[in-house]
Amino acid sequence: MSDSILLYAIIYLAAAAICVPLAKRLGLGTVLGYLAAGIVIGPQLLNVAGPSDKVLHFAEFGVVMMLFLIGLEIKPTILRSLRRDIIGLGGLQVVVTAAAIATVALALGVGWHLSVALGLVGAMSSTAIVLASLDERNLLAGRGGQSTFAILLAQDLSVVPILGLFPLLATVQAVEGFRFVPEVARAATLWQQYQPLLKLLLTLVMAGTLFTAGHYLLRPLLGLLARSRSREVFTLVALLLVLSVAGLMELLGLPPALGTFMAGVMLAESEYRHELEAEIQPFKGLLLGLFFIAIGASLQLDVVTANPLRILLLLAAILSFKLLVVLALARLFRLPKRAGFIAAFSLAQVGEFGLVLVTYGRQTGVFTDGIANEAATLIVLSMFVTPLLFIALERLALPRMAERAPTRPHDAIRSHHAEVVIAGYGRFGQVIGRLVRVAGFEVTVLDLDPEMVDMLRKLGQTVYFGDASRHELLEAAGCAKARLFVLAIDNPDKSLEVAALIRRHYPGLPIIARARNRQHFSALRRLGVERVVRETLASALEAGELSLQQLGMRAHTAHRLATTWRAHDQANLENMLGYHDQPQDAWIDEARRAIENMEQAMVEEAAGMGALHDRGWATDAAPHRTSPAGTRQVVAVRPPDHQR
Amino acid sequence: MASILILFAHPAFEHSRTQRALVAAASNLPGVTLHDLYEAYPTFHVDRRAEQALLRRHDIILFQHPLYWFSAPALLKQWQDVVLEHGWAYGEAGLQLRGKVALHAVSTSAAEFEPEHGNGPTCSVRQFLSPWETTAQLCGMRFLAPFVVHGFRVDTHPEQLREAAANYRALLEALRDGRVDLDKAAARPALNFDLGDFIRPPDDAA
Repeated sequence: MSDSILLYAIIYLAAAAICVPLAKRLGLGTVLGYLAAGIVIGPQLLNVAGPSDKVLHFAEFGVVMMLFLIGLEIKPTILRSLRRDIIGLGGLQVVVTAAAIATVALALGVGWHLSVALGLVGAMSSTAIVLASLDERNLLAGRGGQSTFAILLAQDLSVVPILGLFPLLATVQAVEGFRFVPEVARAATLWQQYQPLLKLLLTLVMAGTLFTAGHYLLRPLLGLLARSRSREVFTLVALLLVLSVAGLMELLGLPPALGTFMAGVMLAESEYRHELEAEIQPFKGLLLGLFFIAIGASLQLDVVTANPLRILLLLAAILSFKLLVVLALARLFRLPKRAGFIAAFSLAQVGEFGLVLVTYGRQTGVFTDGIANEAATLIVLSMFVTPLLFIALERLALPRMAERAPTRPHDAIRSHHAEVVIAGYGRFGQVIGRLVRVAGFEVTVLDLDPEMVDMLRKLGQTVYFGDASRHELLEAAGCAKARLFVLAIDNPDKSLEVAALIRRHYPGLPIIARARNRQHFSALRRLGVERVVRETLASALEAGELSLQQLGMRAHTAHRLATTWRAHDQANLENMLGYHDQPQDAWIDEARRAIENMEQAMVEEAAGMGALHDRGWATDAAPHRTSPAGTRQVVAVRPPDHQR
Repeated sequence: MASILILFAHPAFEHSRTQRALVAAASNLPGVTLHDLYEAYPTFHVDRRAEQALLRRHDIILFQHPLYWFSAPALLKQWQDVVLEHGWAYGEAGLQLRGKVALHAVSTSAAEFEPEHGNGPTCSVRQFLSPWETTAQLCGMRFLAPFVVHGFRVDTHPEQLREAAANYRALLEALRDGRVDLDKAAARPALNFDLGDFIRPPDDAA
């Protein structure tokens, strides 16, 4: 058995490794890549997938994790700003689409339980495909993109009550699903005897309990762990948290995904949100990939070959139904025509949540195997059609409206990530963050010091606990979308690590970096960071300027000298960059020459101020003298005592 | 007794013998505030509110500066741009400077004003200050002729410089005490000669 696990792991991973990049290249997105990989290794083609339904059951845990992550994304602030679109537009899209599909199904003689279930499945669209496609075409930030996003969010949210509702719609004998914790399965049967309605009530009570208990227990616990600064333990606890919530829900015979969703919402406002997101993301990605491969592999494609016309008609019906519903709602909500078309064409397919619901419906006895297979096949086909719909949108629909209604470049909410990411929020980063915020830019802050994070949050600032040298965390903080990355970490090694990471993964993201000293400065510059600021230079120069004033130099003259000094010092530093790999002698020679040049330049600058005043007229003794050693000094002329 | 605000602007004060003599003449005079702009704003970040408060407290605004390229040094232009805002100094609600007196005390490096240099300027100092005069009129201020000190050669007798400084101090005192005939002072090309033509002697001397 262990041999075959290894073998299947290789087959699944290899199929994904080939199909996913290929699908991405073709503009189909990763979800379709996984599904294609599944179809390739499935019984229709290579038939090497093995027990794909067992894999599917296992991989369902990816869905559980996905809901945890969706929960984490549900920040009340976003919900508030999009509430009209989410509740109104999105809520109506789910209800109207579900009702319309159910009505047609009823009319065709399908039982009402099944009709409602099919309607709910059909209302879902593919968050993953749609968001990626809109993003690729730069449509996400516009009005159409935002409305689409709001509808998708509403669909994601509605999955939670639908999961609770499905057991009530069961008409056939439930298929025993995969149990994450088989030991509790027996105990769980105790609950099976309860009436479905009671179960729904129980679900709500559990959700509330989880929410409140977790808020007061989990956050302090996570804080304690963060202070231990052990990354592994944090990962471990994040996984433990998700697994135990899922297990607890299962014990009560409730959908595990619902529990993890609630756990996610509960932690969405906590300072550990980005860190948790980063920890769970890889597991979710892998398992969800596996889930889609398994779905692809378990498709019985003979339903297509047996009656192609029937499938084609159903597909066309679903796509046009969904498209028309969104178009009608867009008009009802007075969206611009262009925005309405973008939303309608984007959301016409049935998506991965549809597949999740079909799988869950099969386990809870809502669907028979035959219906589940046909529904899943239709869903997958509709997903494959999506790129064609986007092409139709771009080539046919949008060009006709482009002139009349251009997309608004900056809507109230442009993206769900800030424009500026600041890593390191100590004395240095805080000044930058406050200044940039005051100027009206949105800032996401990452810091690794739990005490600092706690304190700043108490002061009302948005700060996240997290290690910026991790790619997942940078991704979660929105580096792919940010306009600027401020690298204000004080530790030079860590700072260089982050700089290299950003240059590798986000080559276009501008960096403004803090350098501890000249070595750190040079290292950052060599990594390709253009704008590097030495952390104590400006304050030291200010103190130098004050010193010159105290010694009797005019304030403006002192300021000019300090500014000139700074420019020359910077030029020298840049010049020395070319010598870092030269022999030490060459380096020292160059450094010495640089110092001499600088002194010369300073003398000339001071003299230049005098030259403003024609020296042939009414000037006194030259202010610069040459000292016996040959090095020159600037001697200030004390101003008269008129100020006192 | 009128109060006088001297807005002094000189980026290379260390090097100027003339201006040092004038500053010394204007120092320690009751009723006269000497405000050294290049010392107060080395980075050119002029504090608008503080400057406006100073202006409000004084009746006579005197700009003392060397003539650079036939105009004022850069910081004085910056001061003008920042402080004389619409709605405060001019415009419908801008009445804050109305009725005040404005004038310049200017030192030149002389070379460009000497006839023997051939390509001398075609204008007088007063004419070069016409943007400032127009500005003053726009703000409802009375603009007087400038007090001009043409630059001294290094070998010039110190006596001449002392005389110019004494005249400057006498002008400041007369302005402060209201002994200047403003109509005459506004009509002249300059105020640095024939002071008796537009200044009444002090009452006790009369």
